[in-house]
Amino acid sequence: MSEQQPDRAALVDALLKRAAPGRSEFEDLFVVPLFAVVMALILGALTMLATDVSLATIGRSYLALLEGSLGSLRALSETLTAATPLILSGLGLALGFRAGMFNIGAEGQILMGGMAAVIVGFSFPGLPWAVHLPLAMLGGVVVGAIYAGIAGVLRATTGAHEVISTIMLNLISFRLVDYLLRQPWIQKAGRADPISESVLPSAELPRLLAWIDPNLRVHAGIFVALAAVLLVWWVLFRTRLGFEFRASGESPDAARYAGMRAGLIIVSVMAFAGAMSGLAGANQTLGVLGRATPGFSAGIGFNAISVALLGRSHPVGVLFAGLLFGALEAGGRQMQVDAGVSIDLIAIIQALIIVFIAAPLLVRAIFPWGFRRAPDAKE
Amino acid sequence: MAMLADPVPEAAARVDTARQRQARITGAILIAFAALVALVFAPGADGDATFRLARFGDALVLPDLVVPGGPFTYVVAAILAFLGARQFLRGGLRWTSLSLGFGLFLLVAAFLVWATAGKSFSLTGMLQATMVRAVPIALGGLAGVLCERVAVVNIAIEGMLLAGAFTGALVGSVAGGMTGLVAAVAVGGLFGFILAALVVTYRMDQIIAGVVINLFVLGLTSYVSSQVFQHYRALNNAPVFATVKIPVLGDIPILGPMIFQQNIFVYGALIMVGVATYYLFHTRYGLRARAVGEHPKAADTLGINVYRTRYVNVTLGGMVAGFGGAWFTLGSVGRFDEGMTGGRGYIGLAAMIFGRWHPVGALAAALVFGFADSLQQKLALLQTPIPSEFLAMAPYIATIVLVAGLVGRARAPAADGKPYVKE
Repeated sequence: MSEQQPDRAALVDALLKRAAPGRSEFEDLFVVPLFAVVMALILGALTMLATDVSLATIGRSYLALLEGSLGSLRALSETLTAATPLILSGLGLALGFRAGMFNIGAEGQILMGGMAAVIVGFSFPGLPWAVHLPLAMLGGVVVGAIYAGIAGVLRATTGAHEVISTIMLNLISFRLVDYLLRQPWIQKAGRADPISESVLPSAELPRLLAWIDPNLRVHAGIFVALAAVLLVWWVLFRTRLGFEFRASGESPDAARYAGMRAGLIIVSVMAFAGAMSGLAGANQTLGVLGRATPGFSAGIGFNAISVALLGRSHPVGVLFAGLLFGALEAGGRQMQVDAGVSIDLIAIIQALIIVFIAAPLLVRAIFPWGFRRAPDAKE
Repeated sequence: MAMLADPVPEAAARVDTARQRQARITGAILIAFAALVALVFAPGADGDATFRLARFGDALVLPDLVVPGGPFTYVVAAILAFLGARQFLRGGLRWTSLSLGFGLFLLVAAFLVWATAGKSFSLTGMLQATMVRAVPIALGGLAGVLCERVAVVNIAIEGMLLAGAFTGALVGSVAGGMTGLVAAVAVGGLFGFILAALVVTYRMDQIIAGVVINLFVLGLTSYVSSQVFQHYRALNNAPVFATVKIPVLGDIPILGPMIFQQNIFVYGALIMVGVATYYLFHTRYGLRARAVGEHPKAADTLGINVYRTRYVNVTLGGMVAGFGGAWFTLGSVGRFDEGMTGGRGYIGLAAMIFGRWHPVGALAAALVFGFADSLQQKLALLQTPIPSEFLAMAPYIATIVLVAGLVGRARAPAADGKPYVKE
């Protein structure tokens, strides 16, 4: 490598930046995301204009978006409900990104984990709540970890790229869930369509605000998600394992020369990420749905990729990104009802946010006056 | 980093052990195949399996191919066991991937005989469907080859296919099939250009850029299809390109229906694979493109415009994917459904890796996937005891096995996935 010189300059630069977290960090953490959201909303409005939606309806739909996400207790409850699995799954993916593993398989891991949680959740009648619920969640965690672990083992032993293998595992999991839901020991008695038995009350995540209104869906999973944020933060920044994750993500060669076992790290990162996604799946089936149906993951695993990217693969960032995406999700449903604008618009807005977040140079090019100076001028 | 590199002999030794390990894994897979055939397929294969080679109205009628079920499957099991044991015990020499490929072929043959035993089955019909289903995968793989040869990883093939399918349906409904096809190619190219702009000019992470384009296209097409197509159904009712039979060649048994009695998409895919091979390996521009993929700095030093080369090739790749996307609507059903590409773009990416970053290789790999795809469809008619979901998984499992078994031998362009910053 002949780029020793610029590398050292960049290193010194980074060290200086770390010593004095000044304006550029502020720009990175707050200004860029703010611009990203604003730009995405503007482009979303343009998309609506292009598809013959009147200006009044556009205004109404953005009002509904705000109202449906933050405007009432019910809206807040929906936002938190939608955010919980995104945070959980996003944490696992963020951990993977930190270690240089691009895991696209969250969707499949959510399905498998959620499926396992449902099976445990309806299989043991008579267990006390304090045993049954943790057991069901553990089922989701373990199965999610194993399912993601397949991709990790393949990567570590044969070098099969995890992007391909996790995508294939996703596609396999859809079919596998369809198959499982038609098995007599899983399918709900008396039903011909693929639907599982309902989770027993002793395995349900309790609804937190049911005493105010039984329709408020926010459930104890949000505490699990908060605990997971702490756990991932601790693992990533306070344990040896987390250090090894980060080291092999930053520089795989250096990590290997320092004696870290690359294969073991790959497998454990994937298993950890799968465990978080499995937990997200368990959270959905035990907390929101109460049963499993085909494709119950509903794209959460893909949105979680965006959440992890938006949160800059930092646990706290993932928490806020998950809340933002949860709000967009909840508000989008309100928008569809109030203004008759398809909720798919939210997917467009989310994708645009990620574009602007992941390409800060683009945001700087569009809004040159928002920033002190182009930081790449010296490159 | 060069200072820390291993001394040469040690590196060579490690390469050898890696190859030996790969051969052992291959051997184990082959032995597992043998056990599967001997224990599952052979006992169930009673009676003869009849494969119909001729189709109604063929000029040249071939007799049916009749295979005795029991003997055939046992012979296959024996061959698989031999190949596996050979790889396992003295592997690492040669023919590892060849053995795996041949083993997979035998496994599929044994499976077909088992499933068809006592019944009859149109082999030619399945091969024709194989070709048709391979088209979007081959074109997706070709798009991937064009991009990765200039070191841009294109995860966005899926989104480009979807964009092509959508545009083909929309413009095709309004202005006719040919215009729709041109528009689909243009929109594919547009997304290729956007990908190039994001990763080359704005230096976004290539995989993130690809994922984002996929999300964006999925969102946009789903939005328009639920917001607009719901109300204006005439906008989603495109004509489908008819089958064009090539005279004389179309009458060749088996090959004729497979290759020469198809629509414009199959011919287009075959021609594009040929043109791309010529372009990449026999023209000066292809040489430049590959140089940019292997060592952009050296290419830059020699006066090749790295950025422009990447822009041009990624845009071309997008156009190829747009053409492949139009197959979903203009080439088969004529209407657009949300997310109708169903992961074909990702399988195209796997086809590219399996095909070792070569257009012809990608086409061959796509045929394997197309075969698995059509097999699953046709087997539903044979009523095997295997649940249909497991048959539907077959192409994906095959992808994982192939990528895991072969990736060690394939080499990506050296600079693949790395942004280039001109100094």
